[in-house]
Amino acid sequence: MDLNLDAPHSMGTTIIGVTYNGGVVLGADSRTSTGMYVANRASDKITQLTDNVYVCRSGSAADSQVVSDYVRYFLHQHTIQLGQPATVKVSANLIRMLAYNNKNMLQTGLIVGGWDKYEGGKIYGIPLGGTVVEQPFAIGGSGSSYLYGFFDQAWKEGMTKEEAEQLVVKAVSLAIARDGASGGVVRTVIINSEGVTRNFYPGDKLQLWHEELEPQNSLLDILNAGGPVPMAM
Amino acid sequence: MSQSSVDFPPKGGFSFDLCKRNDMLTQKGLKAPSFLKTGTTIVGLIFQDGVILGADTRATEGPIVADKNCEKIHYMAPNIYCCGAGTAADTEAVTDMVSSQLRLHRYQTGRDSRVITALTLLKKHLFSYQGHVSAALVLGGVDISGPHLHTIYPHGSTDTLPFATMGSGSLAAMSVFEAKYKEGLTRDEGIKLVAEAICSGIFNDLGSGSNVDICVITKGHKEYLRNYMEPNPRTYISSKGYTFTKKTEVLLTKITPLSERVKVVEVAGEAMEE
Repeated sequence: MDLNLDAPHSMGTTIIGVTYNGGVVLGADSRTSTGMYVANRASDKITQLTDNVYVCRSGSAADSQVVSDYVRYFLHQHTIQLGQPATVKVSANLIRMLAYNNKNMLQTGLIVGGWDKYEGGKIYGIPLGGTVVEQPFAIGGSGSSYLYGFFDQAWKEGMTKEEAEQLVVKAVSLAIARDGASGGVVRTVIINSEGVTRNFYPGDKLQLWHEELEPQNSLLDILNAGGPVPMAM
Repeated sequence: MSQSSVDFPPKGGFSFDLCKRNDMLTQKGLKAPSFLKTGTTIVGLIFQDGVILGADTRATEGPIVADKNCEKIHYMAPNIYCCGAGTAADTEAVTDMVSSQLRLHRYQTGRDSRVITALTLLKKHLFSYQGHVSAALVLGGVDISGPHLHTIYPHGSTDTLPFATMGSGSLAAMSVFEAKYKEGLTRDEGIKLVAEAICSGIFNDLGSGSNVDICVITKGHKEYLRNYMEPNPRTYISSKGYTFTKKTEVLLTKITPLSERVKVVEVAGEAMEE
Protein backbone atom coordinates (compact mmCIF):
# COMPACT_ATOMS: atom_id res chain seq x y z
CA MET A 1 0.00 0.00 0.00
CA ASP A 2 1.61 3.21 -1.11
CA LEU A 3 0.66 6.06 1.20
CA ASN A 4 2.31 8.69 -0.99
CA LEU A 5 3.08 11.24 1.74
CA ASP A 6 4.39 13.62 -0.95
CA ALA A 7 0.96 14.07 -2.47
CA PRO A 8 -0.49 17.54 -2.22
CA HIS A 9 -2.70 18.15 0.77
CA SER A 10 -6.29 17.85 -0.37
CA MET A 11 -9.56 18.08 1.40
CA GLY A 12 -11.66 15.23 -0.02
CA THR A 13 -14.51 16.76 1.87
CA THR A 14 -18.18 17.19 2.23
CA ILE A 15 -19.32 20.83 2.38
CA ILE A 16 -22.88 22.10 2.59
CA GLY A 17 -24.57 25.49 2.68
CA VAL A 18 -28.31 25.82 3.37
CA THR A 19 -30.57 28.88 3.67
CA TYR A 20 -33.37 28.95 6.21
CA ASN A 21 -36.00 31.39 7.31
CA GLY A 22 -33.74 34.18 8.61
CA GLY A 23 -30.19 33.13 7.77
CA VAL A 24 -27.88 30.39 6.58
CA VAL A 25 -26.29 27.25 8.01
CA LEU A 26 -22.90 26.13 6.71
CA GLY A 27 -21.59 22.64 7.44
CA ALA A 28 -18.46 20.60 6.72
CA ASP A 29 -16.56 17.46 7.77
CA SER A 30 -12.99 17.78 9.11
CA ARG A 31 -10.72 15.42 7.17
CA THR A 32 -7.63 16.64 5.29
CA SER A 33 -5.76 13.90 3.44
CA THR A 34 -2.28 13.59 1.89
CA GLY A 35 -2.65 10.65 -0.49
CA MET A 36 -4.08 7.87 1.69
CA TYR A 37 -2.95 9.35 5.02
CA VAL A 38 -5.21 11.60 7.07
CA ALA A 39 -2.95 14.57 7.70
CA ASN A 40 -5.44 16.46 9.88
CA ARG A 41 -8.48 14.74 11.36
CA ALA A 42 -9.90 17.88 12.95
CA SER A 43 -9.43 20.63 10.40
CA ASP A 44 -11.72 23.63 10.15
CA LYS A 45 -12.93 24.01 6.59
CA ILE A 46 -15.36 26.83 7.31
CA THR A 47 -13.27 30.01 7.27
CA GLN A 48 -14.28 33.52 8.10
CA LEU A 49 -14.16 36.18 5.38
CA THR A 50 -15.92 38.97 7.29
CA ASP A 51 -18.01 39.17 10.46
CA ASN A 52 -21.10 38.12 8.52
CA VAL A 53 -19.71 36.03 5.62
CA TYR A 54 -18.04 32.62 5.83
CA VAL A 55 -16.75 30.26 3.15
CA CYS A 56 -16.61 26.44 3.04
CA ARG A 57 -13.45 25.20 1.34
CA SER A 58 -12.90 21.97 -0.62
CA GLY A 59 -10.32 20.60 -3.05
CA SER A 60 -6.66 21.56 -2.76
CA ALA A 61 -5.93 22.76 0.78
CA ALA A 62 -3.22 25.18 -0.34
CA ASP A 63 -5.26 26.74 -3.16
CA SER A 64 -8.38 27.22 -1.04
CA GLN A 65 -6.40 28.73 1.86
CA VAL A 66 -4.65 31.21 -0.42
CA VAL A 67 -7.87 32.23 -2.20
CA SER A 68 -9.74 32.79 1.07
CA ASP A 69 -6.76 34.75 2.51
CA TYR A 70 -6.73 37.08 -0.50
CA VAL A 71 -10.50 37.59 -0.44
CA ARG A 72 -10.45 38.27 3.32
CA TYR A 73 -7.87 40.97 2.69
CA PHE A 74 -9.83 42.51 -0.21
CA LEU A 75 -13.07 42.46 1.80
CA HIS A 76 -11.38 44.10 4.76
CA GLN A 77 -10.31 47.00 2.55
CA HIS A 78 -13.71 47.08 0.87
CA THR A 79 -15.48 47.29 4.26
CA ILE A 80 -13.28 50.22 5.31
CA GLN A 81 -13.92 52.03 2.05
CA LEU A 82 -17.65 51.27 2.01
CA GLY A 83 -18.19 52.18 5.66
CA GLN A 84 -20.54 49.27 6.31
CA PRO A 85 -20.40 45.46 6.35
CA ALA A 86 -19.76 43.84 2.96
CA THR A 87 -22.60 41.95 1.30
CA VAL A 88 -22.55 38.22 0.62
CA LYS A 89 -22.88 38.90 -3.12
CA VAL A 90 -19.70 41.01 -3.17
CA SER A 91 -17.80 38.34 -1.23
CA ALA A 92 -18.94 35.64 -3.64
CA ASN A 93 -18.03 37.79 -6.60
CA LEU A 94 -14.50 38.40 -5.33
CA ILE A 95 -14.00 34.66 -4.84
CA ARG A 96 -15.35 34.09 -8.32
CA MET A 97 -12.95 36.63 -9.89
CA LEU A 98 -9.97 34.79 -8.44
CA ALA A 99 -11.35 31.34 -9.26
CA TYR A 100 -12.29 32.20 -12.86
CA ASN A 101 -9.21 34.21 -13.79
CA ASN A 102 -6.89 31.53 -12.43
CA LYS A 103 -8.92 28.55 -13.47
CA ASN A 104 -5.92 26.77 -15.01
CA MET A 105 -3.88 26.92 -11.82
CA LEU A 106 -6.46 26.47 -9.07
CA GLN A 107 -8.29 23.35 -8.02
CA THR A 108 -10.76 24.36 -5.35
CA GLY A 109 -14.55 24.36 -4.99
CA LEU A 110 -16.06 26.84 -2.54
CA ILE A 111 -19.43 27.64 -0.98
CA VAL A 112 -19.89 31.21 0.24
CA GLY A 113 -22.64 31.84 2.79
CA GLY A 114 -23.64 34.75 4.97
CA TRP A 115 -26.20 37.29 6.01
CA ASP A 116 -26.49 40.95 5.07
CA LYS A 117 -29.22 43.52 5.68
CA TYR A 118 -30.16 43.91 2.00
CA GLU A 119 -30.78 40.32 0.93
CA GLY A 120 -30.84 38.38 4.21
CA GLY A 121 -29.31 34.90 4.23
CA LYS A 122 -27.73 33.86 0.91
CA ILE A 123 -25.70 30.90 -0.36
CA TYR A 124 -23.46 31.07 -3.45
CA GLY A 125 -21.81 27.96 -4.89
CA ILE A 126 -18.50 28.43 -6.76
CA PRO A 127 -17.37 25.09 -8.20
CA LEU A 128 -14.22 24.34 -10.26
CA GLY A 129 -13.94 26.66 -13.24
CA GLY A 130 -15.25 29.76 -11.52
CA THR A 131 -19.02 29.80 -12.14
CA VAL A 132 -21.00 31.54 -9.43
CA VAL A 133 -24.52 30.27 -8.75
CA GLU A 134 -26.90 31.61 -6.13
CA GLN A 135 -28.83 28.69 -4.69
CA PRO A 136 -31.20 28.02 -1.79
CA PHE A 137 -28.82 25.22 -0.80
CA ALA A 138 -25.44 24.11 -2.15
CA ILE A 139 -23.34 20.97 -1.69
CA GLY A 140 -19.74 20.41 -2.67
CA GLY A 141 -16.70 18.18 -2.28
CA SER A 142 -16.23 14.48 -2.99
CA GLY A 143 -18.85 13.47 -0.42
CA SER A 144 -21.54 15.58 -2.07
CA SER A 145 -22.10 12.91 -4.75
CA TYR A 146 -23.92 10.87 -2.12
CA LEU A 147 -26.20 13.73 -1.10
CA TYR A 148 -27.91 14.88 -4.30
CA GLY A 149 -30.77 12.43 -3.92
CA PHE A 150 -31.00 13.02 -0.19
CA PHE A 151 -31.42 16.77 -0.61
CA ASP A 152 -33.95 16.38 -3.42
CA GLN A 153 -36.09 14.53 -0.92
CA ALA A 154 -35.29 16.26 2.39
CA TRP A 155 -34.91 19.94 1.45
CA LYS A 156 -37.87 22.26 1.89
CA GLU A 157 -38.38 26.03 1.83
CA GLY A 158 -38.80 28.05 5.00
CA MET A 159 -37.20 25.72 7.56
CA THR A 160 -36.45 26.92 11.05
CA LYS A 161 -32.90 27.34 12.33
CA GLU A 162 -33.03 24.06 14.27
CA GLU A 163 -34.46 22.10 11.31
CA ALA A 164 -31.82 23.50 8.97
CA GLU A 165 -28.95 22.65 11.30
CA GLN A 166 -30.26 19.13 11.90
CA LEU A 167 -30.55 18.66 8.14
CA VAL A 168 -26.96 19.78 7.62
CA VAL A 169 -25.58 17.55 10.39
CA LYS A 170 -27.54 14.53 9.12
CA ALA A 171 -26.36 15.14 5.56
CA VAL A 172 -22.68 15.50 6.47
CA SER A 173 -22.83 12.41 8.63
CA LEU A 174 -24.44 10.40 5.78
CA ALA A 175 -21.69 11.51 3.45
CA ILE A 176 -19.00 10.66 6.01
CA ALA A 177 -20.45 7.14 6.25
CA ARG A 178 -20.06 6.58 2.50
CA ASP A 179 -17.14 8.72 1.37
CA GLY A 180 -13.61 7.64 2.31
CA ALA A 181 -12.23 11.12 1.84
CA SER A 182 -14.63 12.65 4.39
CA GLY A 183 -14.53 11.99 8.11
CA GLY A 184 -13.73 13.26 11.56
CA VAL A 185 -16.15 15.71 13.17
CA VAL A 186 -19.03 17.77 11.81
CA ARG A 187 -18.63 21.53 12.15
CA THR A 188 -21.52 23.94 11.54
CA VAL A 189 -21.71 27.72 11.41
CA ILE A 190 -25.08 29.50 11.70
CA ILE A 191 -25.19 33.09 10.41
CA ASN A 192 -28.17 35.38 10.86
CA SER A 193 -29.06 38.95 11.83
CA GLU A 194 -28.11 38.26 15.45
CA GLY A 195 -24.60 37.07 14.62
CA VAL A 196 -22.60 33.89 14.19
CA THR A 197 -22.81 30.60 16.12
CA ARG A 198 -20.22 27.85 15.73
CA ASN A 199 -21.14 24.28 16.63
CA PHE A 200 -19.18 21.07 16.84
CA TYR A 201 -20.41 17.47 16.66
CA PRO A 202 -17.74 14.86 17.48
CA GLY A 203 -17.67 11.82 15.19
CA ASP A 204 -18.68 9.33 17.80
CA LYS A 205 -21.81 11.30 18.71
CA LEU A 206 -23.23 11.13 15.18
CA GLN A 207 -26.13 8.89 14.26
CA LEU A 208 -25.26 5.43 12.95
CA TRP A 209 -26.50 4.38 9.53
CA HIS A 210 -27.56 1.07 8.02
CA GLU A 211 -24.72 -1.42 8.21
CA GLU A 212 -23.14 0.44 11.12
CA LEU A 213 -26.14 -0.33 13.32
CA GLU A 214 -26.03 -3.19 15.82
CA PRO A 215 -28.34 -6.03 14.90
CA GLN A 216 -31.46 -5.32 16.92
CA ASN A 217 -32.79 -8.84 17.22
CA SER A 218 -31.33 -11.93 18.79
CA LEU A 219 -28.93 -14.18 16.93
CA LEU A 220 -31.68 -16.71 16.39
CA ASP A 221 -33.79 -14.21 14.52
CA ILE A 222 -30.94 -13.22 12.29
CA LEU A 223 -30.08 -16.85 11.48
CA ASN A 224 -33.68 -17.64 10.69
CA ALA A 225 -34.33 -14.51 8.71
CA GLY A 226 -34.63 -15.19 4.99
CA GLY A 227 -33.77 -12.70 2.30
CA PRO A 228 -35.93 -9.60 1.75
CA VAL A 229 -39.53 -10.59 0.99
CA PRO A 230 -40.19 -10.34 -2.75
CA MET A 231 -42.78 -7.78 -3.78
CA ALA A 232 -46.20 -9.28 -4.33
CA MET A 233 -48.15 -8.02 -7.33
CA MET B 1 55.26 28.08 -28.93
CA SER B 2 51.78 27.07 -27.94
CA GLN B 3 48.97 29.52 -27.88
CA SER B 4 47.21 29.41 -24.55
CA SER B 5 43.71 30.82 -24.39
CA VAL B 6 42.91 33.25 -21.63
CA ASP B 7 40.38 31.92 -19.14
CA PHE B 8 37.63 34.42 -18.51
CA PRO B 9 36.10 34.10 -15.06
CA PRO B 10 32.46 32.98 -15.23
CA LYS B 11 30.07 35.92 -15.25
CA GLY B 12 27.78 34.39 -12.69
CA GLY B 13 24.55 32.42 -13.00
CA PHE B 14 24.23 28.76 -13.94
CA SER B 15 27.05 27.31 -16.03
CA PHE B 16 25.66 25.05 -18.73
CA ASP B 17 29.09 23.63 -19.68
CA LEU B 18 28.55 20.22 -18.12
CA CYS B 19 24.96 19.65 -19.25
CA LYS B 20 25.93 17.91 -22.49
CA ARG B 21 28.39 15.71 -20.64
CA ASN B 22 25.71 14.79 -18.05
CA ASP B 23 23.21 13.92 -20.79
CA MET B 24 25.80 11.72 -22.47
CA LEU B 25 26.55 9.95 -19.19
CA THR B 26 22.88 9.31 -18.37
CA GLN B 27 22.40 7.89 -21.85
CA LYS B 28 25.32 5.56 -21.19
CA GLY B 29 23.54 4.38 -18.05
CA LEU B 30 25.00 6.42 -15.20
CA LYS B 31 22.42 7.36 -12.56
CA ALA B 32 22.28 11.00 -11.55
CA PRO B 33 23.20 11.59 -7.88
CA SER B 34 20.08 11.92 -5.73
CA PHE B 35 19.24 14.91 -3.57
CA LEU B 36 20.18 14.95 0.07
CA LYS B 37 16.85 14.33 1.76
CA THR B 38 16.12 14.35 5.42
CA GLY B 39 14.06 11.13 5.62
CA THR B 40 13.02 12.33 8.99
CA THR B 41 10.72 12.19 11.88
CA ILE B 42 9.79 15.65 13.17
CA VAL B 43 7.15 16.36 15.81
CA GLY B 44 5.72 19.19 17.87
CA LEU B 45 3.30 19.41 20.73
CA ILE B 46 1.71 22.05 22.90
CA PHE B 47 2.04 21.55 26.65
CA GLN B 48 0.81 23.65 29.56
CA ASP B 49 3.59 26.28 29.45
CA GLY B 50 4.38 26.38 25.73
CA VAL B 51 5.62 24.28 22.83
CA ILE B 52 8.03 21.32 22.55
CA LEU B 53 9.60 20.45 19.18
CA GLY B 54 11.48 17.23 18.44
CA ALA B 55 13.46 15.76 15.55
CA ASP B 56 15.73 12.86 14.66
CA THR B 57 19.22 13.52 13.21
CA ARG B 58 19.64 11.35 10.11
CA ALA B 59 20.16 12.86 6.67
CA THR B 60 19.96 10.41 3.74
CA GLU B 61 21.13 10.48 0.14
CA GLY B 62 19.10 7.73 -1.46
CA PRO B 63 19.94 4.59 0.56
CA ILE B 64 23.07 6.04 2.18
CA VAL B 65 23.20 7.94 5.45
CA ALA B 66 24.99 11.14 4.48
CA ASP B 67 24.97 12.78 7.91
CA LYS B 68 24.53 10.81 11.14
CA ASN B 69 24.03 13.87 13.32
CA CYS B 70 22.48 16.74 11.39
CA GLU B 71 20.39 19.53 12.92
CA LYS B 72 16.78 19.61 11.81
CA ILE B 73 15.46 22.12 14.33
CA HIS B 74 16.13 25.51 12.76
CA TYR B 75 16.19 28.88 14.49
CA MET B 76 13.63 31.37 13.23
CA ALA B 77 13.45 33.91 16.05
CA PRO B 78 14.39 33.88 19.75
CA ASN B 79 10.88 32.62 20.50
CA ILE B 80 10.21 30.59 17.34
CA TYR B 81 11.82 27.38 16.03
CA CYS B 82 11.03 25.32 12.96
CA CYS B 83 11.65 21.60 12.26
CA GLY B 84 12.18 20.73 8.60
CA ALA B 85 11.57 17.54 6.58
CA GLY B 86 12.08 16.96 2.87
CA THR B 87 15.00 18.13 0.74
CA ALA B 88 17.69 19.36 3.18
CA ALA B 89 18.76 22.29 1.01
CA ASP B 90 15.18 23.50 0.64
CA THR B 91 14.41 23.38 4.38
CA GLU B 92 17.70 25.13 5.27
CA ALA B 93 17.27 27.81 2.63
CA VAL B 94 13.64 28.58 3.30
CA THR B 95 14.03 28.71 7.08
CA ASP B 96 17.16 30.90 6.83
CA MET B 97 15.40 33.24 4.42
CA VAL B 98 12.31 33.64 6.59
CA SER B 99 14.49 33.98 9.71
CA SER B 100 16.22 37.00 8.11
CA GLN B 101 12.92 38.48 7.01
CA LEU B 102 11.64 38.13 10.58
CA ARG B 103 14.75 39.86 11.94
CA LEU B 104 14.26 42.82 9.60
CA HIS B 105 10.58 42.93 10.52
CA ARG B 106 11.52 43.01 14.22
CA TYR B 107 13.81 45.97 13.62
CA GLN B 108 11.09 47.77 11.75
CA THR B 109 8.24 47.13 14.19
CA GLY B 110 10.23 47.13 17.43
CA ARG B 111 8.30 44.09 18.64
CA ASP B 112 8.94 40.38 19.14
CA SER B 113 8.05 38.20 16.16
CA ARG B 114 4.77 36.33 16.10
CA VAL B 115 4.43 32.74 14.96
CA ILE B 116 1.68 33.57 12.44
CA THR B 117 4.04 36.08 10.78
CA ALA B 118 6.56 33.30 10.19
CA LEU B 119 3.69 31.06 9.04
CA THR B 120 2.42 33.55 6.45
CA LEU B 121 5.92 34.26 5.10
CA LEU B 122 6.65 30.54 4.74
CA LYS B 123 3.30 29.61 3.19
CA LYS B 124 3.46 32.45 0.65
CA HIS B 125 6.90 31.38 -0.48
CA LEU B 126 6.05 27.69 -0.72
CA PHE B 127 2.75 28.30 -2.52
CA SER B 128 4.39 30.51 -5.12
CA TYR B 129 6.77 27.64 -5.97
CA GLN B 130 3.80 25.27 -6.36
CA GLY B 131 5.34 22.45 -4.35
CA HIS B 132 8.71 22.40 -6.12
CA VAL B 133 10.42 23.68 -2.95
CA SER B 134 10.19 20.37 -1.15
CA ALA B 135 10.00 21.56 2.45
CA ALA B 136 7.53 20.14 4.97
CA LEU B 137 7.80 22.07 8.23
CA VAL B 138 6.62 21.97 11.81
CA LEU B 139 6.65 25.54 13.11
CA GLY B 140 6.29 26.23 16.82
CA GLY B 141 6.78 29.12 19.18
CA VAL B 142 5.42 31.25 21.98
CA ASP B 143 4.56 34.87 21.34
CA ILE B 144 2.47 37.58 22.96
CA SER B 145 -0.74 35.79 21.98
CA GLY B 146 0.30 32.45 23.48
CA PRO B 147 1.81 29.15 22.29
CA HIS B 148 1.30 28.16 18.65
CA LEU B 149 2.01 25.03 16.62
CA HIS B 150 1.55 24.77 12.86
CA THR B 151 2.40 22.33 10.08
CA ILE B 152 3.28 23.61 6.62
CA TYR B 153 3.16 21.39 3.54
CA PRO B 154 5.31 21.81 0.39
CA HIS B 155 2.33 23.07 -1.63
CA GLY B 156 1.70 25.89 0.82
CA SER B 157 -1.21 24.63 2.91
CA THR B 158 -1.06 24.92 6.68
CA ASP B 159 -2.77 23.32 9.66
CA THR B 160 -2.94 24.49 13.24
CA LEU B 161 -2.85 21.62 15.68
CA PRO B 162 -2.19 20.78 19.35
CA PHE B 163 0.21 18.00 18.29
CA ALA B 164 1.75 17.34 14.89
CA THR B 165 4.16 15.04 13.10
CA MET B 166 5.79 15.24 9.65
CA GLY B 167 8.29 13.34 7.53
CA SER B 168 8.63 9.69 6.56
CA GLY B 169 8.42 8.65 10.22
CA SER B 170 5.29 10.72 10.84
CA LEU B 171 2.96 7.74 10.99
CA ALA B 172 5.07 5.98 13.62
CA ALA B 173 5.30 9.16 15.71
CA MET B 174 1.62 10.03 15.26
CA SER B 175 0.59 6.64 16.61
CA VAL B 176 2.46 7.44 19.84
CA PHE B 177 0.86 10.87 20.09
CA GLU B 178 -2.65 9.64 19.36
CA ALA B 179 -2.29 7.03 22.11
CA LYS B 180 -0.70 9.17 24.80
CA TYR B 181 -1.28 12.89 24.19
CA LYS B 182 -3.51 14.82 26.55
CA GLU B 183 -4.02 18.53 27.19
CA GLY B 184 -2.10 20.25 29.97
CA LEU B 185 1.04 18.08 29.96
CA THR B 186 3.84 19.18 32.25
CA ARG B 187 7.30 19.94 30.87
CA ASP B 188 8.75 16.56 31.83
CA GLU B 189 5.74 14.62 30.56
CA GLY B 190 5.88 16.55 27.30
CA ILE B 191 9.60 15.93 26.77
CA LYS B 192 9.15 12.24 27.55
CA LEU B 193 6.29 11.96 25.05
CA VAL B 194 8.19 13.79 22.31
CA ALA B 195 11.28 11.62 22.87
CA GLU B 196 9.10 8.52 22.72
CA ALA B 197 7.51 9.65 19.45
CA ILE B 198 10.87 10.41 17.83
CA CYS B 199 12.30 7.09 19.02
CA SER B 200 9.29 5.36 17.46
CA GLY B 201 10.25 7.03 14.18
CA ILE B 202 13.95 6.26 14.61
CA PHE B 203 13.42 2.55 15.20
CA ASN B 204 10.51 1.90 12.83
CA ASP B 205 11.29 4.15 9.87
CA LEU B 206 14.31 3.55 7.64
CA GLY B 207 14.59 7.21 6.71
CA SER B 208 15.03 8.31 10.35
CA GLY B 209 17.71 7.38 12.84
CA SER B 210 20.55 8.34 15.16
CA ASN B 211 19.77 10.79 17.95
CA VAL B 212 16.86 12.79 19.34
CA ASP B 213 16.96 16.61 19.36
CA ILE B 214 14.47 18.53 21.48
CA CYS B 215 13.61 22.21 21.76
CA VAL B 216 11.40 23.52 24.58
CA ILE B 217 9.93 27.01 24.10
CA THR B 218 8.06 28.80 26.86
CA LYS B 219 7.12 32.41 27.47
CA GLY B 220 10.33 34.39 27.47
CA HIS B 221 12.60 31.34 27.59
CA LYS B 222 13.83 28.58 25.27
CA GLU B 223 15.98 25.46 25.70
CA TYR B 224 17.63 23.79 22.74
CA LEU B 225 18.51 20.27 23.94
CA ARG B 226 20.81 19.06 21.18
CA ASN B 227 21.24 15.27 21.27
CA TYR B 228 18.88 14.98 24.25
CA MET B 229 18.92 11.22 23.75
CA GLU B 230 21.46 9.06 21.95
CA PRO B 231 19.83 5.65 21.57
CA ASN B 232 22.22 4.54 18.79
CA PRO B 233 25.75 4.73 20.20
CA ARG B 234 28.68 3.16 18.45
CA THR B 235 29.14 0.20 20.74
CA TYR B 236 31.93 -1.72 19.05
CA ILE B 237 35.29 -0.02 19.04
CA SER B 238 38.27 -2.17 18.13
CA SER B 239 40.76 -2.43 21.01
CA LYS B 240 43.66 -2.55 18.57
CA GLY B 241 42.76 0.81 17.14
CA TYR B 242 42.81 1.54 13.43
CA THR B 243 46.11 1.56 11.53
CA PHE B 244 46.83 1.67 7.87
CA THR B 245 49.47 -0.69 6.57
CA LYS B 246 50.95 1.39 3.82
CA LYS B 247 51.77 4.99 4.65
CA THR B 248 52.53 7.79 2.28
CA GLU B 249 56.31 7.88 1.82
CA VAL B 250 58.01 11.18 2.50
CA LEU B 251 60.69 11.74 -0.14
CA LEU B 252 61.74 15.29 0.49
CA THR B 253 61.02 18.02 3.07
CA LYS B 254 61.72 21.63 2.11
CA ILE B 255 60.48 24.58 4.12
CA THR B 256 60.52 28.05 2.55
CA PRO B 257 59.57 30.94 4.80
CA LEU B 258 57.17 33.20 2.94
CA SER B 259 59.06 36.36 3.90
CA GLU B 260 61.87 35.32 1.49
CA ARG B 261 59.48 35.26 -1.46
CA VAL B 262 57.07 38.04 -0.73
CA LYS B 263 57.71 41.61 0.35
CA VAL B 264 55.01 43.07 2.63
CA VAL B 265 54.71 46.82 2.16
CA GLU B 266 52.55 49.01 4.37
CA VAL B 267 50.73 51.59 2.37
CA ALA B 268 50.15 54.75 4.34
CA GLY B 269 46.46 55.20 3.71
CA GLU B 270 44.47 58.31 4.33
CA ALA B 271 42.94 58.52 7.74
CA MET B 272 39.17 58.33 7.80
CA GLU B 273 37.72 61.76 8.13
CA GLU B 274 34.47 62.57 9.76
